Amino acid sequence: MKLFRSQALFVGAAAAAVALVPRLAWAQDDTLNSGDTAWMLTSSVLVLFMTIPGLSLFYAGLVRAKNVLSVMMQCFAITCMVTILWTVYVYGLAFGDGGALNAFVGTGKFFLSGVGVDTVRGTIPETVFQMFQLTFAIITPALIVGAFAERMKFSTMMVFMALWVTVVYAPVAHWVWGGGFLEKMGVLDFAGGTVVHINAGIAALVLCIVLGKREGYPSTPMPPNSLVLTVVGASMLWVGWFGFNAGSALAADGVAGMAMAVTHIATATAGFTWMSMEWMGHGKPSALGIATGAVAGLVAITPASGTVGPIGALAIGAASGICCYVAAGTIKRALGYDDALDVFGVHAVGGFVGAILTGLFTAEMFGGVGLDVSIRTQLGRQFVGAGATIFYSGVMTFVIVKVLDGVMGLRVSPEDETGGLDIALHDERGFNL
Amino acid sequence: MKLVTGIIKPHMLDDVRDTLSRLGVTGLTVTEVKGFGRQKGHTEIYRGAEYSIDFVPKVKLDIVVDEAQLDAVIDAIKTSARTGQIGDGKIFVTDIHQAIRIRTGEAGTDAL
Repeated sequence: MKLFRSQALFVGAAAAAVALVPRLAWAQDDTLNSGDTAWMLTSSVLVLFMTIPGLSLFYAGLVRAKNVLSVMMQCFAITCMVTILWTVYVYGLAFGDGGALNAFVGTGKFFLSGVGVDTVRGTIPETVFQMFQLTFAIITPALIVGAFAERMKFSTMMVFMALWVTVVYAPVAHWVWGGGFLEKMGVLDFAGGTVVHINAGIAALVLCIVLGKREGYPSTPMPPNSLVLTVVGASMLWVGWFGFNAGSALAADGVAGMAMAVTHIATATAGFTWMSMEWMGHGKPSALGIATGAVAGLVAITPASGTVGPIGALAIGAASGICCYVAAGTIKRALGYDDALDVFGVHAVGGFVGAILTGLFTAEMFGGVGLDVSIRTQLGRQFVGAGATIFYSGVMTFVIVKVLDGVMGLRVSPEDETGGLDIALHDERGFNL
Repeated sequence: MKLVTGIIKPHMLDDVRDTLSRLGVTGLTVTEVKGFGRQKGHTEIYRGAEYSIDFVPKVKLDIVVDEAQLDAVIDAIKTSARTGQIGDGKIFVTDIHQAIRIRTGEAGTDAL
């Protein structure tokens, strides 16, 4: 839904029947705009900055000191490997033209063939377009790291991520952004609430359940080694997310401006909400709480950021703060799964809340840009989009994990887990104090 | 010679040190330690998961004194480290057989 700009214009002109056909839009204005290009160069950098160092630090601070390097290493290695796969074939699967199969997956553009200095996609060079999309393909698998932290084999993790990006991420990105069936159906997912956050969050839940709990969980205390790193990482995520959401306009225009504003409003509201709930519930507001709340708000506003207004942003921020607080704090302990760093509780739950509320707050009566169908119909579409992703990501992740469990084994030995992954898997330690 | 070991609340260290200096104590060793006594630990909460931290941070003082000074030093620590709250700490006294200043080779109370 990254070409929402053109759609918004149509909606504004009440020519609402026009389907979301990106290829048409590209065909109409394939002229390079230097302002758009400058912003998209910047946005691509901002989104990469979210993964390394933002997400790496966020996660690194939350694990125990003996595993701090392992999660940073996982994020970094995913960044490198996904870039290679993307260049060879994943961009083609996600954004190529699949011909008869185009509703489900793309083909072509392998080895970025046909993407040259003069190739323009929309109003920006296609080199920049694919680079921007690549940074999304990097952060989505990296988000899953938080669920299996502190116990998964590095080798299996790498193979899992290669398969997951190929089999799960690329098709889902194609469904929503590459001209696939969810885009044709009119599902609103401006910057990736479904493609990125629900997708990663569900994969995280499935993986951590199959993988099993960490040794000693939940009876042994596993407090974070450094909330300083975590709060710094969360702050970097907040900054980088302006590239993620405002960049998804694929232009330096009014949609990007509103996306930036609502992203900021929702994030601040969610952080404030989480802090307030904790203050009332436990008696004290915490740094981890406010930072986690902010991330929940960033997640939830992501699908909505191109179409809702400030009122929608306030509501989505508050709703995500409350829902994710309950999911990460209460539901996880009640159900007993060990999602170590709350990827499901924050990303899947926040992504789902955002995806659904997008259908509501895009309506003109709630200050959004307006819907081309009734709110009820749009909500139905949003449920279909989220549901299709939950089902597909859940099933495919389960299959990949089960196969890898049989072929390679998922976990390190209990001895290595107790000693810490930094020494066991990487022969180094994060802190030599 | 006696070794006076005081386990005190960290924030009382400056007061204790001032009082001991006024008494003419010429040296002491301070260590940051953790432990528990009658004072209970505290609870830390991370995203709703509560961890009870049983060991409380304290400061340990080691002072070797001449026996003539012993009661005055104990008294000084006792009064200046006291808040009246649970967790003020403890003082232990043990015998010291010998003390040697490495630089000069002086021994016994001359080395203190």
